[in-house]
Amino acid sequence: MPHGEPLLAIRGLNVEFGLPARPVRAVADADLTLAPGEILGIAGESGSGKTTLCAAVMRTLPRTARVSGRVEFAGKELLSLPEREMARLRGRDLAMVLQNPMTSLDPLYTIGNQLEEVLRERRRGGGAGRLGSAVEVLRRVHLTAPELRLRQYPHQLSGGMRQRVLVGMATAAAPRLLIADEPTTALDASIQDEILILFRELRESAGTAVVIVTHDLSAIRRLSDRVVIMYAGRIVEEGPTVEVFRAPRHPYTQALLASLPRIEEEEVVLQPIPGQVPDLARLPPGCAFAARCPAAIPLCREERPRERTVGERHRVFCWRAGEGAA
Amino acid sequence: MARFLLTRLGQALVTLALLTVLIFVLARLTGDPTPLVLPSEATEADRAFFRQQYGLDRPVHEQYVVFLRNVLRGDFGISFRYREPAFDLVLAAIGPTLQLAGVSMLVAILLGLPLGIAAALRPGSWLAATVRGYASLGQAMPTFWTGLMLIFVFAISIPVLPSSGYGTAANFVLPAVTLGFYASASVTMLTWANMTEALRSDFVQMERVLGIPRRLIVLKHALRNASLPIVTYLGLQFGLLLGGAVVTERVFAWPGVGQMLVDAILNRDYPVVQAAVMLTAVLVMTINLVVDLLYAVLDPRVSRS
Repeated sequence: MPHGEPLLAIRGLNVEFGLPARPVRAVADADLTLAPGEILGIAGESGSGKTTLCAAVMRTLPRTARVSGRVEFAGKELLSLPEREMARLRGRDLAMVLQNPMTSLDPLYTIGNQLEEVLRERRRGGGAGRLGSAVEVLRRVHLTAPELRLRQYPHQLSGGMRQRVLVGMATAAAPRLLIADEPTTALDASIQDEILILFRELRESAGTAVVIVTHDLSAIRRLSDRVVIMYAGRIVEEGPTVEVFRAPRHPYTQALLASLPRIEEEEVVLQPIPGQVPDLARLPPGCAFAARCPAAIPLCREERPRERTVGERHRVFCWRAGEGAA
Repeated sequence: MARFLLTRLGQALVTLALLTVLIFVLARLTGDPTPLVLPSEATEADRAFFRQQYGLDRPVHEQYVVFLRNVLRGDFGISFRYREPAFDLVLAAIGPTLQLAGVSMLVAILLGLPLGIAAALRPGSWLAATVRGYASLGQAMPTFWTGLMLIFVFAISIPVLPSSGYGTAANFVLPAVTLGFYASASVTMLTWANMTEALRSDFVQMERVLGIPRRLIVLKHALRNASLPIVTYLGLQFGLLLGGAVVTERVFAWPGVGQMLVDAILNRDYPVVQAAVMLTAVLVMTINLVVDLLYAVLDPRVSRS
């Protein structure tokens, strides 16, 4: 970090599932820092470990998960924090919005009831400055007719409206960090931008840092300052969004960007990445992407690539990144 | 809500009307009541007189019309056997049955809900394994056997509770535990399964990351979402206990409607059979109506669509 203490610092994070003899490493050797107020995008295919990484930070992984490493948030080591203290952080300093807005509200209670429940919890902790009333919370996320919404049930709201409610709930107490897991995936394309704008407003009004996890690269390009690309549980590239999108260094990042639909001579071009995401229980000794990589050399299959810095705050895990061959 | 209630009431009336036909015909299919009601030395003339007295000599459809007309006035006829109004006899027996069923349901709920919730909260624990064992045992043990074992232990070996009879609170304990234990087994399993599902739902995960206290998540959100099938089942089980606790009533000599109905069928006491079935049916329908209303209260999507 160039300036001051990072808000979030993940060091050597590993998350394993399954039998110790045949572990499935959902997240492997993850290192990551986030400055206060920074917006970071984490991208990767399904199963790349993005959601597991977030759950590890929130400490909401299933009990069967084995977690090691360090997660420092605002000076506290989260992985060793007692559950009681962790519960006090959740929703207050450290907030999260989950994947599916359609099912993330309890269908049996009104929006008002559920929002009041969150507000009551925030007030009980004390010290939360901006809370305000339930109507104010809904206004902050630009929900139309907030008074009416409070009396309505989730099934009477559209997906976009529910997502606004959820973002409002999660950010009611102006958290220092908001993790948004696929916040736009379940929404109509026309709504997606509006939700992304909410995150930017949140940073401006409350100084909240945002981690947005998605496989939608265009959302990351529009929103985030920095981007992390994950593949098979590992970070493969990280850098400033502009630089990574302009000059991606890892062949996987390049393939990912190339797979975005683009229009050439009035024709939509789709270029999928050949091959499949490897089985996390049976990873090769070398680079996990080698089997699908057009630039792979024998070394790639034998040894795991080491971190290489290729620009200011731009790092990549690829044997060939330095050669300009990729 | 009013329309919903009226519709259900209309449906209940149609069902009752159909039931009158069914029970009337079925009762008469059991055979001629005279050999059972009259002493064996009764002559054919005595029998004819009896049939005439109770209108049994007339064509069945005529009998049915008379029966229906009387029922609408609240008159279910005179018991062949006891020579008393059938309705009064059944009414006297339905009280103890309702009480026993009610207390048994309470036992089933008080045992089944906490056990199911606890097991769902601790999957794979020794507690969950114990609860599974309890539920299997409860479902596998027939009520007559549980009843007899309880009598053996608590009325004979350690005589602290009465083995039979009705009247005091102590009389309730053994039969209510017998029925309640049996019903609690399925309540436990149902609560467990539905709580497990509810605890996995997205909104529970969301509430967790919002820092909502676990107590609220479990009791306010997960339990209410899990409760719909449980309420349905409880209603069903309550209905079963009203009509089908015959075995337990017999084991504990409980003066209930189940025993009365079985005796009435064996004695071809048509008026009592008809009154008992009709009254039980009305009660079961009332329970179903209450379940439907509870549904609407528990789930806003039901009453609003």
